[in-house]
Amino acid sequence: MSTRSPDVQDLIAKKYKHGFVTDIDADTVPPGLNEDVVRLISAKKCEPAFLLEWRLKAYRHWLNMTEPQWAHVHHAPIDYQSISYYSAPKSRDDGPKSLDEVDPKLLETYEKLGIPLHERAILAGVAVDAVFDSVSVATTFKEKLSEAGVIFCSFSEAVKNHPDLVEAYLGSVVPYSDNFFATLNSAVFSDGSFVYVPKGVRCPMELSTYFRINAANTGQFERTLIVAEEGSHVSYLEGCTAPMRDENQLHAAVVELVALEGAQIKYSTVQNWYPGDENGVGGIYNFVTKRGDCRGDNSKISWTQVETGSAITWKYPSCILRGHNSVGEFYSVAVANNCQQADTGTKMIHIGRNTRSTVVSKGISAGRAQNAYRGLVKVLPGAEAARNYTQCDSLLMGDKCGAHTFPYVEVKEPTAQVEHEATTSKIGEDQLFYCLQRGLSEEDAVNMIVNGFCKEVFRELPMEFAVEAQNLLSVSLEGAIG
Amino acid sequence: MLKVTNLHARVDDKAILTGLDLEIGAGEVHAIMGPNGSGKSTLANVLAGRDGYEVTEGTVEYDGQDLLALAPEERARRGVFLAFQYPVEIPGVNNAYLLKAALNAIRAHRGEPELDAFEFLALVKERMELMHMDESFLNRGVNEGFSGGEKKRNEILQMAILEPRLAVLDETDSGLDIDALKVVAAGVNSLRDPERAIVMVTHYQRLLDYIEPDYVHVLSGGRIVKTGDRTLALELEDRGYDWLREAASV
Repeated sequence: MSTRSPDVQDLIAKKYKHGFVTDIDADTVPPGLNEDVVRLISAKKCEPAFLLEWRLKAYRHWLNMTEPQWAHVHHAPIDYQSISYYSAPKSRDDGPKSLDEVDPKLLETYEKLGIPLHERAILAGVAVDAVFDSVSVATTFKEKLSEAGVIFCSFSEAVKNHPDLVEAYLGSVVPYSDNFFATLNSAVFSDGSFVYVPKGVRCPMELSTYFRINAANTGQFERTLIVAEEGSHVSYLEGCTAPMRDENQLHAAVVELVALEGAQIKYSTVQNWYPGDENGVGGIYNFVTKRGDCRGDNSKISWTQVETGSAITWKYPSCILRGHNSVGEFYSVAVANNCQQADTGTKMIHIGRNTRSTVVSKGISAGRAQNAYRGLVKVLPGAEAARNYTQCDSLLMGDKCGAHTFPYVEVKEPTAQVEHEATTSKIGEDQLFYCLQRGLSEEDAVNMIVNGFCKEVFRELPMEFAVEAQNLLSVSLEGAIG
Repeated sequence: MLKVTNLHARVDDKAILTGLDLEIGAGEVHAIMGPNGSGKSTLANVLAGRDGYEVTEGTVEYDGQDLLALAPEERARRGVFLAFQYPVEIPGVNNAYLLKAALNAIRAHRGEPELDAFEFLALVKERMELMHMDESFLNRGVNEGFSGGEKKRNEILQMAILEPRLAVLDETDSGLDIDALKVVAAGVNSLRDPERAIVMVTHYQRLLDYIEPDYVHVLSGGRIVKTGDRTLALELEDRGYDWLREAASV
């Protein structure tokens, strides 16, 4: 397509649409990490003693850990002492009780992102827990949820109002000593979301959180905990965009899901953090630990993710299939363009009898990006008749990018069945020419082909998210074929 | 409508077309025959504007315009249609979606309003009957898991819906059994129109039993070495291509 390369260059040069910085005074702790900073964070949030102790244990453990080196990503060393570990919007003093009390600038930010909070919430029937820099400042639809007995609030509020629940479940899926980034998060996490769905309750709406990293140089350490009691159902949506900036930003979130007997949790993510410029400068480092525990029999946890952003993504949403007949699912689209690096996948740990897991991973690489799928399927002795199906497809656009597949399969149960299918295809010049010959523009043709490739994952997303995901994908891959 | 003059083209630095002349008027059906490697498919791909086919000399005039200056999608929107020898599979993209996007892109170019879902469906269903195609096909992926015959029928269905001015059928008969060939031929015949030109690229004269051409050209060594009518194709079937190749090299 050499004849059209000037257009392509223009398109590639298109700037990140959501790049802007909101001018809100932030109450930011000076850069650096030591025990005092951990104590300060805990004190600022008026936390109970058990939590401070937990944070300190994590911090002391972290001091003896080293950053993992096995991922297929490369970056300059991260100076953990140059990061500020706490930042809260100043206008929080009394905490807004309704949207009217929310800083108008913040609402403006959401407008720019195309998320008119109140309208969107009402129209879509979605409750929004907006995380803006480390502190949640707006929560909607609380009443309707509380009628159903569902608790959906910021993590800080949960610590304040439901300390027993937090103490019972925090770290029960991802222990504080789990891995370098999860342990760091355990020590310094600032805020996040908390969901508790009582026994037998079907959550009456999709729960949604929009994350946004804003204050410059502030590491973002979210902590999300979702507990679904016996026979309950909940669907949780996580989406995010970030403003443009030059410094690399570290993001090390932890998400823990607990599904008790017969409970179902569906966790959907659309991730669109700033990926850096064409040369990979700037951009978010996204090192996330997400894990779900199918603790009860007949429970089900389903992860669906569309990852288009971040300079580096290191993320393996996993399921521990402990309960008999429990089900784990992982549907993923990971896009890496320009200099982005993605090392993502899942872990399915089969412990209970007749446990089933499905993994569908679609990796798209363009530009000079590197995209790796890393997946573990582990079947422990006694997981009789456990079954796994893994399908792992890679699509390459252009000839400077890479796709890598690292499947790990450990089966210690003779009655288990594990299937793995993998394909790698180059976005066909043939496919592209076919569409052009039918009159489609090159952009439309690429979008159509890519969306077709991702269809199996998109159809797992809630409707409004699926549309957003398709739009994101087309923005992320604009001009990717040259 | 189409005037090809002294066309030279190469693929991977190998000269394939070496001074091809061809003139096609509206309403005409031309068959281009020739042995393997004579440049038949290259001609089809050059007309459609495929990457990798480099024109080194000559001109192609289409409706008074310089066709070679246009991008492939611009040619398509102006009515140039290529029925592919090997139609491509596009997994996950359904047939109806591609067809609607294509039709509306072409209509937009002509300054016509987009068809809505109902109008589009009505049109497609009517044309599908013509091609003896089942409606379920609309929701299948583009050519995904199609048999050879289904792929070729799908190409002609697209042609029937997009209504090109100049249709180039590249080996549309290859891989078809006799029943499928009849269906495809009936479809093409129903699309013969005083305003439309059809160019059939084929290796065998069998197709011409069902779609009768006005002109038959024999391509050899990258040039047209003989032009005749229907009887030329029959003669080729009897005598093969060698006598023409010898004649051309003299």
